[in-house]
Amino acid sequence: MQPGTGQPGAGQGVMVGEYLDRARRSSEFVVIPLLALAASAALFSLFLLLLGKSPVDFFALVWRGGFGTGFSWQNTLVRASPLIFTALCVAIPARLGMTVIGGEGALVLGGFAAAAIAIPLTPWASPFLVMPVMVVAAALAGAAWIGSVGWLRHYRGINETISSLLLFYIAVSILNFFVEGALRDPSDPNKPSTAPIGAENMIGPMPGTSVHWGLAAGIVVSVLVWILMNRTTFGFAARVTGGNVRAAQGQGLPVGKLVVVSCALAGACAGLAGYFEVAAIHGKANASLIAGYGFTGILVSFLARHNPLAIVPVAILLGGIAASGGLVQRRMDLPDATVLVLQGLMFVVLLVSETLYGRFQIFKPKGT
Amino acid sequence: MDDAGLSTVLFAMIAGAIRVSTPFLFVSLGECLTERSGRINLGLEGTLVFGAMSAYAISFHTGSPWFGVLVAGFAGMLFGALHGAICKLPKVNDIAIGIALMLFGTGLAFFFGKAYIQPAAPRLPSISLGWWSDNPQLRQALDVNPLFLVGIVLAVVLWWAFRNTRIGLVVRTTGDSAPAALALGVNVDLVRFLATAVGGFFAGVGGAFLSLYYPGSWTEGLSSGQGLMAVALVIFARWNPLACFGAALLFGAAGALGPALQSIGISRGYHFFNAAPYLMTLAIMMLSISPKRSLKGAPGELSITK
Repeated sequence: MQPGTGQPGAGQGVMVGEYLDRARRSSEFVVIPLLALAASAALFSLFLLLLGKSPVDFFALVWRGGFGTGFSWQNTLVRASPLIFTALCVAIPARLGMTVIGGEGALVLGGFAAAAIAIPLTPWASPFLVMPVMVVAAALAGAAWIGSVGWLRHYRGINETISSLLLFYIAVSILNFFVEGALRDPSDPNKPSTAPIGAENMIGPMPGTSVHWGLAAGIVVSVLVWILMNRTTFGFAARVTGGNVRAAQGQGLPVGKLVVVSCALAGACAGLAGYFEVAAIHGKANASLIAGYGFTGILVSFLARHNPLAIVPVAILLGGIAASGGLVQRRMDLPDATVLVLQGLMFVVLLVSETLYGRFQIFKPKGT
Repeated sequence: MDDAGLSTVLFAMIAGAIRVSTPFLFVSLGECLTERSGRINLGLEGTLVFGAMSAYAISFHTGSPWFGVLVAGFAGMLFGALHGAICKLPKVNDIAIGIALMLFGTGLAFFFGKAYIQPAAPRLPSISLGWWSDNPQLRQALDVNPLFLVGIVLAVVLWWAFRNTRIGLVVRTTGDSAPAALALGVNVDLVRFLATAVGGFFAGVGGAFLSLYYPGSWTEGLSSGQGLMAVALVIFARWNPLACFGAALLFGAAGALGPALQSIGISRGYHFFNAAPYLMTLAIMMLSISPKRSLKGAPGELSITK
């Protein structure tokens, strides 16, 4: 940029140029992921053709089952809500340069904690007490779970990817231990579950829809996380730590605290996903909590380039694909894992596309 | 617990160590080779599951479980090759690719495996090594699968090859310092690509053991993190193939604890004992890793220890 010349016209020209440059640079982060999505759709079409299925039918069904009607939109949004929360569980530690993939464990444990604390309260307490206690319990359980991943990483040097996935398996064992043991509801012979939390403690749909309040909460939390990460001292310190740990330590930043607190926040988000699954959908804690939202959330966060605001639309997109799974399965005689294959393919192609950044002249700033 | 109960549990754990350790052994040897070349493949969990599915399907269709093992190995090799090829590209993170391939591999295995959940495929035979003993429990414990013996041989061969052969030296140099390997005229990318592909082959064979011997059928819950625990196990074994074998036995015994206690009637806390291998992995990592100093024996180029 040229030094100010004093002429107002020239100053404005520099500002417009700067604005265009910024738009150029940030459009790269939109165009390349979209290219990756298109490429994975093309590869998946090839896969379907090899199996003798019609890709046109497939994508038409995905559109119809995920976004075609009001009913499918509601189905999509119900699935997008936990995805937003579990994606935040990946996105926050990612800003510190960590790859946490155990959000599913925090979701399971958060849902279980919410149900477990509600059961002794339901006979006498009013919903105005039970609901907030459930929210806090779920968030705390998730925060403790992923927070300990951060602690293990910083103070014991244990790789967070491995430890968080191990903790997922441990969380599942904890859930099964209680649900098939001490907290099992004997009146439910079909599936080992806790006792129901009671209809009055459930979260209802948002007015005019059948989508529960978890979606609104997810959007609010995403915006809050964006503000925290991009507009506060905490977020700045976290990003410095993610950029260069040595430099952050050299500046006297409390790196250990930042790592643990960020991971705890991330875990609290995933715990809230578990809360909404219990309080808005299942009404009790059981193995239905292990539905893979935590793992799809990893993909959502990577597709959104760990940007909390971008997570919302990406979660809706992937929620739609997941929502159409049943329709695809019935109409095209494909197994339910079809969605998993498509998601896996999207993930691989997306990561391959990382290599394209900085290779296209069109995204280069033209500034002097 | 009386003496008879105790000996039952003990034999069950020895048997478990021999039976359950084989997939750990193969995956950890594969990962050991890959990490020695300076790259980490977290996707071996997906490779393991896909190997299990393909081995079962091939054994069902051809009637030959050994052919299934071979196909599982080559399927694993394809996954390894894919990982190796993608990681050659600049700006690509090998840990993230591993996670993506883990999800992709399990997805593909569930997709193609749907048809094979019901039918029974021919299983791998076992060899009785307990003929000298009168104790039926010990005999049962020493019914070993040939793949277990192959795994032991493989561990010894890898250990010997790393120390004494030219290929071993090339792999180790590549893993310790890419610039040094380049200076020696070694094609770093090619070595890592091959090491990841061969590592995938081993993991695929480990998967074949799961579906064709123990537990011995294909289900979607067949592997619950064995592939990932094996990665942790390699760190614990300090990248030494012989130590990998010992660690795999230890993990196998821990995995057998829950079923062993259940067999003598202690079913309380079954799920807690099921969590034992994961807890033990975490505990072992806490004991063997320190943030203060770099790990002895760690390949210098490895992103996981940097």
